Amino acid sequence: MLTRRLLAVSAATMAFAGPAAAACSFRNTVPIRSLSAAFEAWKAVTTAMAECGNVSSELDQEFRRKQPDAFAANPALYHIGGVSNGTIVPLLNANTIRPLDDLVAKYGQNLNPNQLIRIQGRVMAVAMMVNAQHFMYREDLLQELSIAAPQTWDDVLVAAEKIRASGKMQHPLAATMRTGFDLSQEFVNLFLGFGGRFTNPDNTPALRGEAGTRTLEMMRRIAGYTDPNFLTADSTFVQRQMQQGRSAMTNLWASRAAAMDNPAESTVAGKVVMAAAPAAVPGGPSATTLWWDGIVIARNIPDAEADAAFRVAMEGIDEEMVRANNDVAVWLIRGYRPTRLSQGVVASAQGRAPSYPSTPTMGLMSSIIGERAADFMAGRRSAAETLADIETAYVSRAREQGLIR
Amino acid sequence: MKFRTFAIFVGPSVVLMLLFIAWPLVSVLIDSFHVSRPVMETVSVEVCTPGFLTQTCTREETIRPLVDAAGQPVTERLYVGLESYRQLLQPDVIAHAFSAGGKGLGEVLNIEFFRALRFTITFTLVTLPLVVGLGLVLAIAMNAVVAQLRGVLIFATLLPFIITPVIGALSIRWLFVGDAVLTNFLEWLTGHPVAMFAQGWTIEILMYTYRVWHVAPFAFIIFYAGLQTLDQDALESAIVDGASRWERLRLVIIPHLAPLIIFVSLIHLMDAYRVFDEVIGFSSQAHVISLQYLTFNFLMPDQTGGRAVSRAAASSMLTMIGIVILLIPLLARTWRDHKRGR
Repeated sequence: MLTRRLLAVSAATMAFAGPAAAACSFRNTVPIRSLSAAFEAWKAVTTAMAECGNVSSELDQEFRRKQPDAFAANPALYHIGGVSNGTIVPLLNANTIRPLDDLVAKYGQNLNPNQLIRIQGRVMAVAMMVNAQHFMYREDLLQELSIAAPQTWDDVLVAAEKIRASGKMQHPLAATMRTGFDLSQEFVNLFLGFGGRFTNPDNTPALRGEAGTRTLEMMRRIAGYTDPNFLTADSTFVQRQMQQGRSAMTNLWASRAAAMDNPAESTVAGKVVMAAAPAAVPGGPSATTLWWDGIVIARNIPDAEADAAFRVAMEGIDEEMVRANNDVAVWLIRGYRPTRLSQGVVASAQGRAPSYPSTPTMGLMSSIIGERAADFMAGRRSAAETLADIETAYVSRAREQGLIR
Repeated sequence: MKFRTFAIFVGPSVVLMLLFIAWPLVSVLIDSFHVSRPVMETVSVEVCTPGFLTQTCTREETIRPLVDAAGQPVTERLYVGLESYRQLLQPDVIAHAFSAGGKGLGEVLNIEFFRALRFTITFTLVTLPLVVGLGLVLAIAMNAVVAQLRGVLIFATLLPFIITPVIGALSIRWLFVGDAVLTNFLEWLTGHPVAMFAQGWTIEILMYTYRVWHVAPFAFIIFYAGLQTLDQDALESAIVDGASRWERLRLVIIPHLAPLIIFVSLIHLMDAYRVFDEVIGFSSQAHVISLQYLTFNFLMPDQTGGRAVSRAAASSMLTMIGIVILLIPLLARTWRDHKRGR
């Protein structure tokens, strides 16, 4: 439904931009197709790409499931893919995206060096923005109750208790804990914050132990202050909770920050402050992971088409687009001016938040955590049992995929 | 009929059944004994990712898929025997659960497969009598309505059956999720905070209710058609004999509808055992899953792009065996009736 509407929108922009080709520096004659996620930043980038003509873009929140097969086809169904450090893994594993070194040399003069994602020495993707889950809180409410801005998750829970006790909100915290990716992301953030390691050097799991137990227990304490339906709460649900003033604090994606200030749908515009993700332990790193979003080019397409696709993509992520859409994301592109809304990501990065690792083991671990952590959150299993379950499931799947001998 | 004529009539459907039913089944069975996996190699690589203002590069040992000259990942197919079934059923955990110090059934139900099986069977057995019962009540009630109104009422009763299952489930979910209309109403009614999606049993009740609401019209229309063929003389003589309303229902109407009741039950058992739409529609994965959902989940690529095809094959074989076991009593009864009828 959403996909279809977005398709219609992208088709419309294409028809509109086709003959005009106003802001594009060249006239593209090769039909180019792209597939990416559907959040604001991608709308901005694909609209800018469409200005070159002959570009059709598909923006789909289910891109994660479509991309591996679509890129494995020969010829590939899309030329340009929008990925992040999580979703690039299946494409790298299946070897369906091409190294970009020569194209970067030819057309990438305007790129910042930190936009080039090198994997095994070759540029495999061009990043355009960073994203991270970071802390968002209602400054007005915290000041009214004279609560200092929380620095650690323990502070957050104390603040939540005070807000609840004041009778202003029943569910002062909101958390993206929907079973699957969202839930695993909460776990990953806290686990790294507690100093945990997911795997040993030989790829065997290393989840059991203090960091794992403390992570799960912290997640349960957080859930005590959220809406009781937390196992179905995705980013959009959490965003609404904040926008409607039902929750005061959350650790939410930076790409959702602009929505807090959108007066058309938010009742708390201007009142939400973006800050670093709270630390799991006092003095520890910000308990979050840094993500990048960017573009890749399919391997199974003729070189001439790859050439055109890369040129189009460079137009999509140029300075002009950033100037027109400065507040939509934390861009890595030249011309970006950090704003109030980007404070959360910058502060988290300065708070030593690690990058989310683009490895097959992490992908596998995260998939399993997303399914199994729900057993603990729903009270079916104890923390120790849950961690053991995750390890067992991980080992059997890692064997199946050849990651463990 | 001559054998030749018989063969010409039946031949095409036998061929199609072999092609589209038997062959896929055999290939799924073979898949469940094999595992396909990419061949991996270990390399030391430099990984660079953007920090916010600078770039961070680290050198690490990593495992990556081996690629052939054409750029395709190399895969190998291994015979693993019953390994996939063992991983699904986890016999060692079951043995431990019922040995001294085990936690019994609770521990078994923690295994994904048995958790799914428990829900699937409960779902099937709880909804079956409700669907048949409600269908029967609706049909008998409709039969008592003035003829002029019947057309409109039958159409209205059939509406739930026409709605696409996932859409129907989603709309019911939106009535109850968070602080939606009906949740607020329930809170007002009971005076307690209500969260329908916070625990398994409330979601299950929603799922049962939804399925009964959705399928009862099918049972209704079949029974209603059956009622039209009811011998009015038999009914009238029953009245003359002084049979009460209840006795007429029990001794005349239900025996007349018996073959249809079995037919509806068979169809419903097969449908309900494949319950899937409700899991997606009510996003109940965290609390309850069904066997079909389990198979679906194995087939979906995980975050590395891998699919557990072998376990999906094993789980669908087990699902099929389950359906056959459930249907045996009803099929046996039909077979007995059939033989008696000859």
